[in-house]
Amino acid sequence: MTTLLESLFDFNGGVKPDYHKDASTRLSIGVSPAQTELVIPLHQSIGGTPRPIVAVGEQVKKGQRIGDADGDVSSAVHASTSGTVVAIEMRRMPHPSGLSSLCIVLESDGRDEWIACQAFDYKKATPQEIRDYLRDSGVVGLGGAVFPTHLKLNADRQGGIETLIINGAECEPYITCDDMLMRERADDIVRGVQLMREILGAKHVRIGIEDNKPEAIAVMQTAVRFGDNRTDDLLVVAVPTRYPAGGAKQLIRVITGIEVPHGKRSIDYGVQCFNVATALAIYEAISLGRPLISRIVTVAGNVGAPRNFDVLIGTAIKDIIAACEPLPDTNRLIMGGPMMGVEIPGDEVPVVKATNCILLGSNKIFPPPAPEMPCIRCGECAIACPADLQPLELYWFSRAKIFGKAQEYHLFDCIECGCCSYVCPSNIPLVDYYRFAKSEIWAREKEKSLADEARDRFEFRQFRDVRDEQEKSARLAARAAAAAAAKQLATMVVTTDAAEISTAETSNEANEKAALIAAAIARAREQQGTTTPQNTQQLSAEQLAEISAIEARRAEIREHAKPHLPPDA
Amino acid sequence: MLEAILVMSLGAIVLGAALGYAAVKFRVEGDPLVEKIDAILPQTQCGQCSYPGCKPYAQAIARGEAEINQCPPGGEEGIRKLADLLGREFKSLSAEHGVEKPKAVAVIDEQTCIGCTLCIQACPVDAIVGAAKQMHTVIAEQCTGCELCLPPCPVDCITMETLHETVETWKWKYPVVALHPTAGIS
Repeated sequence: MTTLLESLFDFNGGVKPDYHKDASTRLSIGVSPAQTELVIPLHQSIGGTPRPIVAVGEQVKKGQRIGDADGDVSSAVHASTSGTVVAIEMRRMPHPSGLSSLCIVLESDGRDEWIACQAFDYKKATPQEIRDYLRDSGVVGLGGAVFPTHLKLNADRQGGIETLIINGAECEPYITCDDMLMRERADDIVRGVQLMREILGAKHVRIGIEDNKPEAIAVMQTAVRFGDNRTDDLLVVAVPTRYPAGGAKQLIRVITGIEVPHGKRSIDYGVQCFNVATALAIYEAISLGRPLISRIVTVAGNVGAPRNFDVLIGTAIKDIIAACEPLPDTNRLIMGGPMMGVEIPGDEVPVVKATNCILLGSNKIFPPPAPEMPCIRCGECAIACPADLQPLELYWFSRAKIFGKAQEYHLFDCIECGCCSYVCPSNIPLVDYYRFAKSEIWAREKEKSLADEARDRFEFRQFRDVRDEQEKSARLAARAAAAAAAKQLATMVVTTDAAEISTAETSNEANEKAALIAAAIARAREQQGTTTPQNTQQLSAEQLAEISAIEARRAEIREHAKPHLPPDA
Repeated sequence: MLEAILVMSLGAIVLGAALGYAAVKFRVEGDPLVEKIDAILPQTQCGQCSYPGCKPYAQAIARGEAEINQCPPGGEEGIRKLADLLGREFKSLSAEHGVEKPKAVAVIDEQTCIGCTLCIQACPVDAIVGAAKQMHTVIAEQCTGCELCLPPCPVDCITMETLHETVETWKWKYPVVALHPTAGIS
């Protein structure tokens, strides 16, 4: 047992709520019910909203890309089944706001026809090509944060990373999707882990699983020890069960002993952490050529038959709930677990890449919270906080809307795990205050950066106005000076040729005019020779080459546009 | 006696030189108070405060010429911040300078636009693109909603559209204590 040889570390704080995991692990992963209509939101990951690249009425196949990633911090979305795009419209999202977002609505044709899937030859690809491929395959972190995986799977680090950690801890009560995935698809997960290891050049790999999942640990250990997956320094580690051991920073600390400080990321210490389901998604994307179009979802809580399902992204939540015999006293729906989950507005919303669990609540399972009482500064929350923060201080400052101070106390290191609210004897919904403060700070920062940009543009505009004005007056002055000089010249010509003055008074005027015109022509010629348009003055060689290429194309077009004369004409 | 005068004057020369050097070396460019006021103002550049832009208004406040309640886009919150910064009394928004409106952006009806460039010239933050006799359009992310492009448009093709909350801009609400009616109290 190699696992026993390694000592584990510990993180501070944490709580031990009841697991409630047995009920949903009795049955194997079910197949999600067939859908006639799939609603696929475009914005399913952190970052930019993908742009739709299909039109209404278009036929699509299963796995076809329908939304293109907007920039690098974004992830593509794909059709979950074959069928017709019937609408691209705003639909309600599984989000606590209950607001709508742009979705592509697919009508299934029932054939479920895949696109021609082709494995990606990652060995020949550059790191950038691998990242682009994963971005276009829509692979995002499936642990719940949906951070685009390609941004984390960064092979740029010299000599590779030290430790790759695969997160199978799944610490939150009720959720069992990763547990069931490991039990049923351990081989494919390990294949994905091997791919990641190769791409990242990781020296050590640790798969961390909480020790309340003995079946998953056994299956994963078999998978890494036998068959074609066997490699050095790839271990399955059973970590002690304590919520939130599945938080990335907490798991890293338990396995490697590295405590990632404020303002740093784990990659700065050579450690990167991915979820087990993400490993599987990477395997499917690279080795099978299949983009991310489905995920495992746990349905638990107030249902007669809790179970996990392999659900196509875009399936209506009500359809998978219906397969689990929901109990009549259900009064709310939670996406995620009881600790970190958010209440969702209705059951018609679609399953998205972030939906790891759908928890049905009733007053019996989750009684309404007792009234909030004043904070007595008992410090229980500080003891429970796994991020080593001072939740009571954060609470004071968030409540009083003193956001600067809240940030000083590292509000943004809070992982919203809910341990503090769980232990609070005064029933204060602490996380709600932190979420409020965080979103308020984000909004203000965004507003401020927009205001700063507006100020810059306004000031540049003023500068430009002044500059234009100066240039114009300089031009006018130059012209006036030239005109005066020309006039003088003309009168000189006229006075020297005294005979002509007497013969024709009109020729004097004509001469003057001619001289002015001559001066203007000379000026124009001079200007043409000396001044070039201002915006082409400081250009790089590439830009100049580009301009000359454009000019060449224009010349060619002009050539084509000329009326073609018959050769004998 | 002479020694004392020498020591004093030497001290004066040394300190004077140090102060003179510090005045040059640590010279503060611009007025920091104006910068601070300007940072609070919303940079809409709408001119509703009767000054040609946010910076001039900030300068006027710093000089004591303008009141702090002349900025409708900044709203009550902006006035409160200014009052905090300057140690003045809070005043409600002055009605003659306008009313606080929800944030909006200008939208050009591209069917009607004749390409006169008048709105481009009016936009204080260069948020409208277009050329003479070509259709113009507003870069929505850069529009501050100042409404200065509305009056010059000869065909009235610009409208202000209020920005609605989206999933991305939605904010968690301030937690409120839910009151549950208790049985037994009538």
